[in-house]
Amino acid sequence: MAKAKTTYTSRTVVLPQDNIDTDQIIPARFLTTTTKEGLGKVAFYDWRYDSDGNLRDDSPLDGFVKSEFSILVAGANFGCGSSREHAPWALSDFGFSAVISSDIADIFKSNALKNGLLPIVVDKKAHRELLKSPGCDVSIDLEDQIIKFGDGWTCIFEVEPFGRRCLLDGVDPLGYLLDRMPQIQKFEEARS
Amino acid sequence: MQPQSLFEKLWHDHVVVDETAESPAVLFIDLHLVHEVTSPQAFSVLKERKLSVRRPDLTLATLDHSTPTLPKGSDGKYQFASPEAEKQVRKLTQNCRDFNIRLLDQEDPRRGIVHVVGPELGATQPGKTIVCGDSHTSTHGAFGALAFGIGTTEVGHVLATQCVLQRKPKSMRIHFDGVLGKGVSAKDMALAMIAKIGADGGQGFAIEFSGSAVRALSMEGRMTLCNMSIEAGARFGMIAPDKTTFSWLEGRDLVPRGSAWKKAVSKWSTLNSDDGATFDKELRIDASVITPMITYGVSPDAAAPADGEAPTAETETERAASAYMGINQGEHFSSNSVDRVFIGSCTNSRLSDLREAAKIMRGRKVKEGVVALVVPGSEAVRRSAEAENLHIAFEEAGAEWRLPGCSMCIAMNGDKGEPGELVVSTSNRNFVGRQGKGVRTVLASPATAAASAIAGKITDPREYLTEAGGQ
Ligand code: SF4
Repeated sequence: MAKAKTTYTSRTVVLPQDNIDTDQIIPARFLTTTTKEGLGKVAFYDWRYDSDGNLRDDSPLDGFVKSEFSILVAGANFGCGSSREHAPWALSDFGFSAVISSDIADIFKSNALKNGLLPIVVDKKAHRELLKSPGCDVSIDLEDQIIKFGDGWTCIFEVEPFGRRCLLDGVDPLGYLLDRMPQIQKFEEARS
Repeated sequence: MQPQSLFEKLWHDHVVVDETAESPAVLFIDLHLVHEVTSPQAFSVLKERKLSVRRPDLTLATLDHSTPTLPKGSDGKYQFASPEAEKQVRKLTQNCRDFNIRLLDQEDPRRGIVHVVGPELGATQPGKTIVCGDSHTSTHGAFGALAFGIGTTEVGHVLATQCVLQRKPKSMRIHFDGVLGKGVSAKDMALAMIAKIGADGGQGFAIEFSGSAVRALSMEGRMTLCNMSIEAGARFGMIAPDKTTFSWLEGRDLVPRGSAWKKAVSKWSTLNSDDGATFDKELRIDASVITPMITYGVSPDAAAPADGEAPTAETETERAASAYMGINQGEHFSSNSVDRVFIGSCTNSRLSDLREAAKIMRGRKVKEGVVALVVPGSEAVRRSAEAENLHIAFEEAGAEWRLPGCSMCIAMNGDKGEPGELVVSTSNRNFVGRQGKGVRTVLASPATAAASAIAGKITDPREYLTEAGGQ
């Protein structure tokens, strides 16, 4: 895995709904793909396109320069439901580098970290503030695990230490597991 | 020795490398279940990195998600929803061939939904760690296994190393006391539990279900309950194995026989929470007051008794859900007419589920204008159901009897509802668009779904169980 940045600075896109499930992030009919690439165009498909496949005027995820808005702020229990890793693949490909919520579903969190999409859980107060200020400037420091907001206040967060190290130091989890093969073999022998 | 919970016993038994502050535990996996949707990218990684599947003997693949449930057409071919769906099925077939993995393919008499066939074959056993690239892997916890859903990257990890990196979750125990009433099932227990703790109430926890009402459940009911633990946010749901578990498993294809069976049972009998075991959270639910439940929103915790009405929406999220569902507050649920009924999915497609549904449908007719689909969970379920003539009860009532698969649970294979339709479904997710774009899903038990098909509106099944002719 290539090393990630330590600081992510961007404006926010806000989706205030609670319980945004992975079926919303990428509907099941797009899961017939056998690769990871290009899923950004179907991210939040049913939220962004009308029944004729045209981009909706009121799409909350379009109509701005994507490179300036790479941080998603979402309601509680984000990423619940299906374990599909297609969800973080789609969000990353769409242009997001981090998602912030008060509460992120376990499997999504784990999948996101493995794909360089930072899942960031903040306290309820910071969450409320972020939900209230779409488009605000945010700077996420992964090294110090602190978020700085444009108007000067800050908030700390915690990312699972191993996942964080994988991102910061470019550690490859599969390589890490393969390096433990002697222990794995010993474990197997002891059980058989 | 310190009293241990079932979860702790299962966990410690599989730790290859202990968890530290810096790194998660390396956990050995005894059974890896694979299906067509979440595996292709994992196999690609293996190919890119020139790795083999480390333990094909502990890996089992099946076709279910994108797989058609209609028989072959006149051209002798299955009709796939799209060329991509067909390609995905072919890809898994090829990957299994390349990596020497046993695949239950479309012609295999043991094929079915991954969480139905694992137990049926006896591949699922107490004491095992079981993973699958599917969040409902918690189903297998019903046997006293440590079973959880993983992402595709982790599918690759397990294929290559037979291990996953996993942090130990917190523990929760939920006791269900009392005796379930007539017409009330494990599905209703699950929905009542999720309504109580919330769709994120189990986040970060491994849940053990216990208590007299859980002990009284059949294995199939236990699977339904554990299946739905992920809808409360918990990756792991489990029940200590007992006589019910052992007699259900005995004689199945992949379980040990003879003296090895006896040895296994005596080991499995130690898999329970010791007296004095502690949990991060404990909860009691009185099962005797649970009545048939349905969902009225777009999150599984929006559940309420079927013979009641929707509560007032209070938050922005609830108001949006209410607007989408079009289920009016202050009006009895039965004022909502039903367009489609789906009986199936890894939650409720086993033989006992189909029997419950047939009990209500037999000798009655599905309401005109309602489309009802009954999809068995596996070929084995299909054969058993047909041997009991359940399919005739369904077909005579006007329901369609299909081939096994996930079908309308995820609506990937072409089986789906139309925009705006209200679908009463025995599956597990009522998310917006889960059963087809714009479809409004109401989750329910097989009995409630069958009763709703007959009445053509959301219906408490007990109405049919007390009538003459019912039962
Ligand atoms: S039946 Fe539904 S929940 Fe179960 S494995 Fe299939 S798609 Fe997933």
